[in-house]
Amino acid sequence: MAASVDPVREFAEQKYKYGFYTDIEADTAPKGLNEDIVRFISAKKEEPEWMLEGRLKAYRQWLTMAEPHWGKLGYPPIDYQDAHYYSAPRTKAKPKSLDEVDPELLRTYEKLGIPLSEQEILAGVENPRVAVDAVFDSVSVATTFKKKLEEVGVIFCSISEAIRNHPDLVREYMGSVVPAADNFFACLNSAVFTDGSFVYIPKGVRCPMELSTYFRINAKNTGQFERTLIIADAGSYVSYLEGCTAPQRDEHQLHAAVVELVALDDAEIKYSTVQNWYPGDENGKGGIYNFVTKRADCRGRNSKVSWTQVETGSAITWKYPSCILRGDNSQGEFYSVAITNNMQQADTGTKMIHIGRNTRSRIISKGISAGKAQNTYRGLVKIMPKADGARNFTQCDSLLIGDRCGAHTVPYIENRNRGARVEHEATTAKISEDQLFYCRQRGLSAEDAVALIVNGFCKQVLQELPMEFAVEAQKLVGISLEGSVG
Amino acid sequence: MASLETSPAAGSAGHWVDRFRSEAAGLPGARLPWLLERRQAAIQRFAEQGFPTRKVEAWRYTDLRDVARLPFAAPPAAAVGIDRLPSVLDDASRGPRLVFVDGAFRAELSSAGSLPEGVTVASLAAALETMPDRLEPHLGRVRPSPDTPLAALNAALWTDGAFVHLARGAALDRPIELLFLGVGGEAPAAHHPRILIVAEAGAEATVIEHHAGLGGVYFSNAAVEIVAEAGARLHHYKLQAEGAEAFHVATTTLAMDRDAAYDGFVLTQGARLSRSELRPWLGAPGIECRLSGAYMVAGRQHADHTSVIDHAAPHCTSRQVYHGVIDDQARAVFQGRINVHQDAQKTDGYQLNRALLLSDQAEIDSKPELEIFADDVRCSHGATVGDLDEEQIFYLRARGIDRAAARSLLIAGFLMQAVEEIRIEAVRDGFAEKVRGWLDARAAGERRNA
Repeated sequence: MAASVDPVREFAEQKYKYGFYTDIEADTAPKGLNEDIVRFISAKKEEPEWMLEGRLKAYRQWLTMAEPHWGKLGYPPIDYQDAHYYSAPRTKAKPKSLDEVDPELLRTYEKLGIPLSEQEILAGVENPRVAVDAVFDSVSVATTFKKKLEEVGVIFCSISEAIRNHPDLVREYMGSVVPAADNFFACLNSAVFTDGSFVYIPKGVRCPMELSTYFRINAKNTGQFERTLIIADAGSYVSYLEGCTAPQRDEHQLHAAVVELVALDDAEIKYSTVQNWYPGDENGKGGIYNFVTKRADCRGRNSKVSWTQVETGSAITWKYPSCILRGDNSQGEFYSVAITNNMQQADTGTKMIHIGRNTRSRIISKGISAGKAQNTYRGLVKIMPKADGARNFTQCDSLLIGDRCGAHTVPYIENRNRGARVEHEATTAKISEDQLFYCRQRGLSAEDAVALIVNGFCKQVLQELPMEFAVEAQKLVGISLEGSVG
Repeated sequence: MASLETSPAAGSAGHWVDRFRSEAAGLPGARLPWLLERRQAAIQRFAEQGFPTRKVEAWRYTDLRDVARLPFAAPPAAAVGIDRLPSVLDDASRGPRLVFVDGAFRAELSSAGSLPEGVTVASLAAALETMPDRLEPHLGRVRPSPDTPLAALNAALWTDGAFVHLARGAALDRPIELLFLGVGGEAPAAHHPRILIVAEAGAEATVIEHHAGLGGVYFSNAAVEIVAEAGARLHHYKLQAEGAEAFHVATTTLAMDRDAAYDGFVLTQGARLSRSELRPWLGAPGIECRLSGAYMVAGRQHADHTSVIDHAAPHCTSRQVYHGVIDDQARAVFQGRINVHQDAQKTDGYQLNRALLLSDQAEIDSKPELEIFADDVRCSHGATVGDLDEEQIFYLRARGIDRAAARSLLIAGFLMQAVEEIRIEAVRDGFAEKVRGWLDARAAGERRNA
């Protein structure tokens, strides 16, 4: 094998594709975290008094909390005072339409493959299928197709805008799924969150296009604290996708997001993530620390939430998108591909809490570990006594590439209902020599063979992604593993 | 991560430390400096950790507060008359037997039988008098883990137990029975039985570890150390049938060398609260390690089965199959971890835990973990939890079998599947008999209630 490895290694020298930096003038809060910073953020966002109160309460709570360390993650202590908690590109006035957005920003998104111009998409495709909210550091710089969505009553805007324009909805739902005191990182987020997306789908509406938020960290020494809230009212449907990238830097940057989903009776939310934050270099220098709390509340009867995630980036991933299956017959799904290479560490999984009757959940997790990376699946399936007829199926597969990486599976299964059925399976294996040989024999290069086999390994998950992104994700899977064969 | 903060239960650690101080001089082997040193180190380790609370990850599902709270005294010295000794073997297949009542060796109830050359079966305290040099390299030295404070408590306070030594190539065709009877007195008593099994290269034996209770509140805190040298084959079957009010905690550590084979099984049916923790260390290539078990719990019983298998060398296999049924308000816990170390290539690890919940208040908590640092391995685990399959019940009912009978037939079949893992026929039959006995008693209870 040794001889065939070299071209693979060479190819792997290719750098992180989205590692560039946009030189743009920015408004940045001074370094550090204190009540004044919280007030500063709130003032910048022109928030009402109740929001500031909430933030300060969360901040005071956070001071009493300790950073959790139960994950299988190792990193030096984070200095929470050594970062800017707010940074926004400087603009003269609020852009009223896309034409007024700083062209430098538009170019940035174009470079990332996210066109923000509505016309351009219209010219190419008859029916635009994706509306985008573009978040740049601490602010949302543009949201496309707002008008078109408004026609059917869908609200899609940045969370800051929602706090100003739809305070009743925000007050009712924000913090109802992930309370401020939920955990250390969620609490920090509740105090200093800057921007993110807000989605409200009214009763009976099937959202006419995919909604998407693209998060970009640009400024140096900043943390990004996004906050997303999606409410699917009775009988509605929405498919939402988030993507994220960051410049290549030697310092670690903190990203602590909170995402809350609420599905009412018969509503369905499909939430897909392609996480490609800068992972750091092969020696573990730089990269994003990604500490995320994502939770869905299937509040209504027959509601359904499906999480799909493709996690390829970040130096550290700490993320457990969960479903609280409260409504009778509600369903939760979790499809995950987590790829760690070089010095990356991921501790990710899900929680499925079955409360209502006949609730169902399905977990498909594929972990791939290469280089010196550590990849952990950590999940909880909990069946409460009233959840008659609950069902869960879990499958966690791990693939190891190289003998210096680790793959771990830590599932917790707690069942208090005899009528429930829980099944869990996990396997760990490596790419077999036979499979590789078979592909090579048919003329595939080593890295193409690995990409093919890994894509096959992940297929069950990738096919859950909206079609437009599935192709992109497949490529990403191949790229993330470059240089791992040998 | 083990928390070092003072837990509410840690206060009671002082009770045991005081006991050690006052009793140390009278414990077996007190005149041996090496042993005294080990006992002191052990009590120190226990004092630092105390009884684990549920904040400690390994004890997340098992609460020892009831044990920590009770002021367990030393067992009463009064010898209890025993008319009939329980056994899993029929008379024809019986071999040597050591009997302990409330932790104390009872020579008059034991029978060494005729042992072949190279086989030693003795009480640990007696062996310490006659052959301390054989114990010294192993006693308290078989892969002690810093995470097992109760094993440390045993290491400090043990008064007796069994010593089985198999010289190079020695083999015993009949099973060795180690019977630990808990009688209990007026006040709650505690004993710390200790077993040391050393199988030298190529030796083979079957050991039955039988814990039975005649009632009363007592705490049996067992520690078992097993050394299997190159090519040794050990069959180790444990029946835990402690009294209904008893607490049973057992920590088994196992050090295995090249090509050794260990075939273990635990059948759990007794005790109000029990935990069987197994920690095999697969330290050389070619080892085969089988740990299986079945459990049947009802009432308010709590049964915990925990295993930590370390694959520290390449080319080893481990296999675990656990089946359990949980009735009434009982609760079962299964925690199984397979650690595959960095160089343990070609590891084959398999683990399965299946549980049936037979009542609306029953609970199962299952945590099958894989921790893998080598790439050329095949590891899998599975866990299923639920009630009996309605279709299977229907199948039987369609053949004229009533519902209750169909259910007990399926439950029996489910448990027997695990019992089948036992390789020695005489023992398998004996354990199957225990399972049937439990099911018959349950069926009788159901009929009474109907």
